[in-house]
Amino acid sequence: MPRPKLAVWKFTSCDGCQLTLLDCEDELLGLAGQVEIAHFLEASRAVSPGPYDISLVEGSVSTPDEAERIRHIREVSRTLVVIGACATSGGIQALRNFADVAEFRSIVYATPHHVRTLARSTPISAHVPVDFELRGCPIDKHQLLEVRTAFLVGREPNIPRHSVCFECKARGATCVMAADGIPCLGPVTQAGCGAICPAFRRGCFGCFGPVDSPADAAVNVAALADRLRAMGMSEDDIVRVFRTFNAAAPAFADATGGVR
Amino acid sequence: MTHRNDRSLRVGALSRVEGEGAMHVRVRNGEVADVQLEIYEPPRFFEALLRGRSYLEPPDITARICGICPVAYQMSACQAIEDACEVSVDERIQALRRLLYCGEWIESHVLHIYLLHAPDFLGYQSAIEMAADHRDLVERGLALKKLGNDIMEVIGGRAIHPINVKVGGFFRAPAPAELRPLGERLLQARDAAIETVQWVAGFDFPDFHHDHEMLAMTTPGRYPIESGSLISTGGLAFPASAFEDHVVEEQVPHSTALHAHLVNRDHYLVGPAARYTLNSASLSPMAREVAHDAGLGEQERNPFRGIIVRAVEVVYAIDEALRLIDGYQPPAPAAIEVPPHAGVGYGITEAPRGVLYHRYELDAAGLVTSAKIVPPTSQNQASIEHDLTEFVSTRLSLPDDQLQWECEQAIRNYDPCISCSAHFLDFTVERS
Repeated sequence: MPRPKLAVWKFTSCDGCQLTLLDCEDELLGLAGQVEIAHFLEASRAVSPGPYDISLVEGSVSTPDEAERIRHIREVSRTLVVIGACATSGGIQALRNFADVAEFRSIVYATPHHVRTLARSTPISAHVPVDFELRGCPIDKHQLLEVRTAFLVGREPNIPRHSVCFECKARGATCVMAADGIPCLGPVTQAGCGAICPAFRRGCFGCFGPVDSPADAAVNVAALADRLRAMGMSEDDIVRVFRTFNAAAPAFADATGGVR
Repeated sequence: MTHRNDRSLRVGALSRVEGEGAMHVRVRNGEVADVQLEIYEPPRFFEALLRGRSYLEPPDITARICGICPVAYQMSACQAIEDACEVSVDERIQALRRLLYCGEWIESHVLHIYLLHAPDFLGYQSAIEMAADHRDLVERGLALKKLGNDIMEVIGGRAIHPINVKVGGFFRAPAPAELRPLGERLLQARDAAIETVQWVAGFDFPDFHHDHEMLAMTTPGRYPIESGSLISTGGLAFPASAFEDHVVEEQVPHSTALHAHLVNRDHYLVGPAARYTLNSASLSPMAREVAHDAGLGEQERNPFRGIIVRAVEVVYAIDEALRLIDGYQPPAPAAIEVPPHAGVGYGITEAPRGVLYHRYELDAAGLVTSAKIVPPTSQNQASIEHDLTEFVSTRLSLPDDQLQWECEQAIRNYDPCISCSAHFLDFTVERS
């Protein structure tokens, strides 16, 4: 039986999520035996044509060419898994969604009309149907390996949808908000990182985006914003804390007055 | 196919680089008319989106410019903001930053040596293909890379976009006992790093030299990483605050990365070869010895031999990490207080790929009113194009597929990080 064909695609991003695959140092050569790495430009010159059994897509859609390209990739991919905050919510570059992209462009480029870009940076799911979304800025290596295993054997990935608070308790970390009065997005942020920040005496800053239950997220984000206010954070600070790597995820965007 | 007077060669999507780019070569009447590195990495407008952000945010936000060298962005950002706020961190915080940065040098350099560049020299499409014949070599590289990542995880919380760095220092200083196991592994890894230098020094290198001006940092008594001022092979010497007096960036139509050159001078190079050429006397004794045994002279001007310099810098980063762990005293507190302050601040550090410059202007409330970031790849882009023009000129008799591979290899010499610079490769040779 031929090995399943794996393709890795990059859109607007920092390369960090596809690098996570190369950071699986102990598993990389084994993985290369289980699948045919058919398209992975960061790692290989060799490219074999589709269709592909699994496509991993990193990055958001931010240019007209990308909007075209993702449709083609969907057509040639049996399973499409999107990885990271850019691909699942639009990424840090979605801060343009709250501003005027023409102004952004003219701040960075002397002749802005040479630069083709869209007014909004959007997740892959805004353009094509997606089979699975793996959160994180960056994604977690162990979650990536779990997704790989699940799709290779044909089962649902075991990826928790609860908040970082669960992981924080499981890790035995002290609550930074209760103990030290440090603002923390853990109660509304999806688990997956292993609650790294609280373990370093830092509040969670939302790399994995809002918990994947729109109703819970909306209620809890509003309640957390009230709590942050009560802790003395200014309205501007509250807007900034929700507007980072998952700024355009609906539950976070709504909490800050929505996109432009 | 060969010996045509006019042709056009286009590499549509460069592989084994970080980011997206293409290369286009135009040949007319048997001579190279034009070489373009087309960077089509979509712009993300970091310098614009930083406006109005708190002065405490740039280390986390700018880390997202590059997943391969986030620590470089965090370190240049912290330095620039602390400069604007007129504070300086103490020696212990400085030492822990340097140790974290050593982890990134090891991870990034080993990734480039083993997974991105060595396959070119040995004729493989990828390291994974190379592993079929040389599994032990690839495993040696992966183990070294993992050690770099583990240093970043222990100090930074995670390897990609570490969370423990803040303006003023760290959220939590690791206990000496947390660093000790890394020291033991570093001692063992030192042999693997020395073997790496010996391995890559045995590759076949094309006879090719450039005469670009080279720019790197210099640090009294140490090889430059996280602090220092700038010097060049052309006699320039200036601090971070004078960077924009000496370097100008301009937009070129074929790239979303801005091209930099030196004022009243020409294109120039940053990166491992520049650092080595300007600072080899400051390497650790072991790194100096292996560099000498590998045939590196006082200067290194063959870009293909950059892989040897990178391997020597891995030996250095291991030695330096060992020294820093040996003398480690946890900073207490882990971070100094940095009250907001209106002003302009400048930061430069040596990212794995070369000088990374940040400038921030802050208002009295600590909001960023303007930001400027000049990454290494946009500084090198004009020199890379210059090299390619020369390189292709001597190889026009090659068939397109061979010429393409050699050009890709020539580009990978500089370990271009395109996600950083767009602010690469689709290869075309147009023999029109």
